[in-house]
Parts: sequence; structure tokens; C-alpha cells
Amino acid sequence: MSRDSFKRDFKDKVAFAGVGNTDFGAMYRDLDPERSNYALGLTAFKAALDDCGIDKDDIDGLLVSRVPDIGRMAEILGLRHLNFASILPGGGRYSGTSVEYAAMAIYSGQANTVALIYGNNGKSVGDRYGGGEGGGAEATSSAFDNPYGMTSPGASHAHMFRRHQYLYGTKPEILGTLAINHRRNAALNPVAVMKTPVTMEDYLNTRFIAEPLRLLDYCLINDGGVCLILTSAERAKSLKKPPVYLSATQSSTDYNGQYASDSFYREPLSRIRDGLFGPAGITQKDVGFAEIYDNFTPTVLYSLEGLGFCGYGESGSYVTQERIALNGELPVNTSGAHTSESYMQGWALHAEAVRQLRGECGERQVPNSPEHGLYICSAPLSVGHIMRR
Amino acid sequence: MTTSEYTRPLPKMNKLTQPYWDAAKKHEFHLQKCDACAHVWFPPAMCCPNCLSEKYTWTRMSGRATLWSWINMWQMYFKGFADERPYVVAYVKLEEGPLLMSSIIGDRESLQCDMPLEVTFDDVTPEISLPKFKAAK
Repeated sequence: MSRDSFKRDFKDKVAFAGVGNTDFGAMYRDLDPERSNYALGLTAFKAALDDCGIDKDDIDGLLVSRVPDIGRMAEILGLRHLNFASILPGGGRYSGTSVEYAAMAIYSGQANTVALIYGNNGKSVGDRYGGGEGGGAEATSSAFDNPYGMTSPGASHAHMFRRHQYLYGTKPEILGTLAINHRRNAALNPVAVMKTPVTMEDYLNTRFIAEPLRLLDYCLINDGGVCLILTSAERAKSLKKPPVYLSATQSSTDYNGQYASDSFYREPLSRIRDGLFGPAGITQKDVGFAEIYDNFTPTVLYSLEGLGFCGYGESGSYVTQERIALNGELPVNTSGAHTSESYMQGWALHAEAVRQLRGECGERQVPNSPEHGLYICSAPLSVGHIMRR
Repeated sequence: MTTSEYTRPLPKMNKLTQPYWDAAKKHEFHLQKCDACAHVWFPPAMCCPNCLSEKYTWTRMSGRATLWSWINMWQMYFKGFADERPYVVAYVKLEEGPLLMSSIIGDRESLQCDMPLEVTFDDVTPEISLPKFKAAK
């Protein structure tokens, strides 16, 4: 069987059965240095079990991310005999990858029902994303970047955005439009961390971190846990909630020795575009909403360009407040995403996509029952999915 | 300036990267060049990423580059940079292809993407000279 026919066969065979998460806003206001990723994972796992009505003993696969030790997590949850077990690093690109692994395990018959558990106590334990000099001589950052004061993925994104501005005349207000949109959606999200509305004036007056990027372009740092439970489409049909099918998934990389991509991640994103839309049998116009990994707001622009929602360099005019709003042509980051809801490194975006397709999102629900949703993370390891109700 | 007065991060180095810094000390800019296929790469690695040959020679580069992009870093990530904030971090595209982080010596108001640059060296401690860049003549 060719790769194309594999992808066609894979379409809609695996489904999201349950999702669960902690209350991000409540935890942001109540830090606890002893809060563990295991405890966060536990809360999310119980919520996801309750969401789909599956008995714990029906879980026969477990994948954890940012949780230090899968054995300890399994022991805590009493998941002793699993048919699929894996652990992935806590970095943001691995949420989408975790879903891919679980889907492969289910599709190939390794396991029936896989729980994916993510816990992040980063705020309580004082995590920072920049300024460290760890890594030693093998790490480009400490060997060649830190001596120039270079550090943090945000600064790499600042380099990329400056270049995008130079090539295409992209205005800073385009990032403000994204920040405002995310905050507006977060205000309708009961568990979001940041709900105070922002205006364009607020955005433009916000301090720079790595100019041209401002504080409001940066993801939050907060605590939380997310659990996704995946199973076969057949099994999912008999569960409490309607299934959300994984129609297509695709990863692609731009490993060039730096975090920044000198082509705005175009190579990986174009491969993902081809690996998603054809196999899912839809086009960009059929996407009802997009959950776009926004560790920094400019990723939204590169994702939309790279996946063909607009031409290269055209995101600055494509993204308008009207188009990306909840009732717009392409609602973007309906939960408030990483810059306003919660920095769960893509995990909460997956939960949001499932809930949007189920029609469970209350005040922030995208109208007219969208049939397809998109998840995309543009990064050195880029990952995307098309999900369907 | 003595080492004790220099408070900014110094490059971490190992056997692989030592020749880069030895050359910089002599105010020369060297990168690995593959003996088999002539490919030049950065960051340093133990083999050529093009053909996987482990035979390479640290070779003097032209020192010519263009400014791919730059930022003004406002956030205080490193105490040694506190006084100079916002400071410029340049992302430089070498004539030979690779990109690397550096600093720009000279007027920041005139910076523009794709402007031609040339390497210069800043003897920050008695042991370490950092390759930096300035507008090409």
C-alpha cells in the first residue's frame, strides 16, 4: 500500500473520546511550589474519564509528556498492565506528536484506548524560557548565542517577524489584532488565565521583550494539566459523547541548527498542508476554525501562510479582526490559546478543538456547528491535524 | 579588561569547537569545511551534514555576510547586559551560507535587513575574542 492509500485508509479510524483539564485561571491565582505534574495529570485524567464515561480499567495505553516518569504516573493511576506506553519531552511540539503516536498505536492494533497525560507546574516552580546558560558546549545556545545576549525562542521569533516585516511590509498592528482576538475569546472562557480586554492602543503601549515583539505577543507561563483519551472510531461511537474523528495528521521538520526558520517554516508547513487536506478530503475553505499554536503571536501568520489559507507574505492583509473572530470566516484560537487562555504547549488547544466540534463551548462556541477543525503548530518540528465531528 | 570584570556569558566550548575560538583569537573567522564535498556548516558538528564525511578542515571564511534580521533585546535575561538594554542581537547570514547570532558594532539606527556586513573581533577577555559584525565598507 502506498503512503497516500495508507493515509486515506487511516482517515477517521481513530477518535478523540474524552478530554479533561484543570481550571487554569483558578490555579494561576493560587500558586503552590509543591504542585506536581503528577497531581495535575491526575486531575485532568479523572476529568477526561468522566467526559467519555470510560472505566479506568479500559485504558490499555498511556503516553505522558512533561510528566517526569511514566512508571510513576501509571503507578499513581493504578494502570499496571498497558499494551502501549510512551513518554515524550515537555516541549510544545510534542502535543501534536503525542496524538500521532497514540493514533498509530490504535490504528495498528497495539492498544484500544490510549490516555495522553500532560502536566505543567511551570508557574509554581518558577520556570523561565530564556537566560539560562545550561546545555554546555554541545548546545548552540550556550556555545554560540548567549555570549551575544541571545536567548529564548521568543527572540528567534522576533528575528523572524522583523524579517517578515522587511520582506512584506507586515505591520505591528497585525500582531495586536491577534492578541486582541485571543483575549476576547479568553474572556468567554471560564478557565482562561487572562481575561482583561486589550485594545490596539494597549497592545502598542505594551513593553517590548525582544523588539519587535511585546509582552502581549508572548505565551503565558501558568500551571495546568490536560488529558486526551483516544480510541478507535468504532469504540468511540458507543461512548458518552459523540466522537471527534482524526481525519488526518502530519508532522514535518525544519531542523536547521536554530529555532528560527529562514523560510518561516514553509517547507514543513507545505508538507503538512499536503499531508492533511488531500487525505482528509477537504480544502482550506472547509475548515470551521483553527487552533494555532501561539507560543508567540507571529506563528499564527506563518501557519496560515504555510498551510495555504493565504499566499506567502499575505497574512498581514488576510488576518483581520472580522475574519478570525468567533463568527468570522475562519475563527482562530477560540479559547484564547497560549497568549490568553493557558500555556499548555498545544494540549489545551486539542481539548478546545474537540469541544468546539462537539458544540460544548458555550459563549465562545463557533456558530453553525463546524464540521472540521484544524490544529497546527509551526516550529522546528511542526505538526498538524484535521479533526471532524 | 580582565576576566573578572567581564560579566557577560562566555562561550562554552569543547574539543570540537575549540578551533573556532582559536581562530577568533587570531582574528580569523573559521568554519568546518568538508574535505570530501566542500560543504560548509554551522553550528559545528562531528561530520558533514551533506555527505556524512568525518574528514573536514577548519577553513578561513570570507568574513562577508548580510544582516538577515536583528532585534532589540529589552528583557534582562543576562545581568551582564543590564546596562546596555535594549541591546542589538543580529542574526547574520554568512556569504558561505550558514546563519549565526552575533552583535553589530556601530550605529544601530542605520540597520536594515540584507545590508552587507563584515566580521570584526572583540577581545572581551585575554582568552576570548568574539566574532562580531560591522557595516561593510
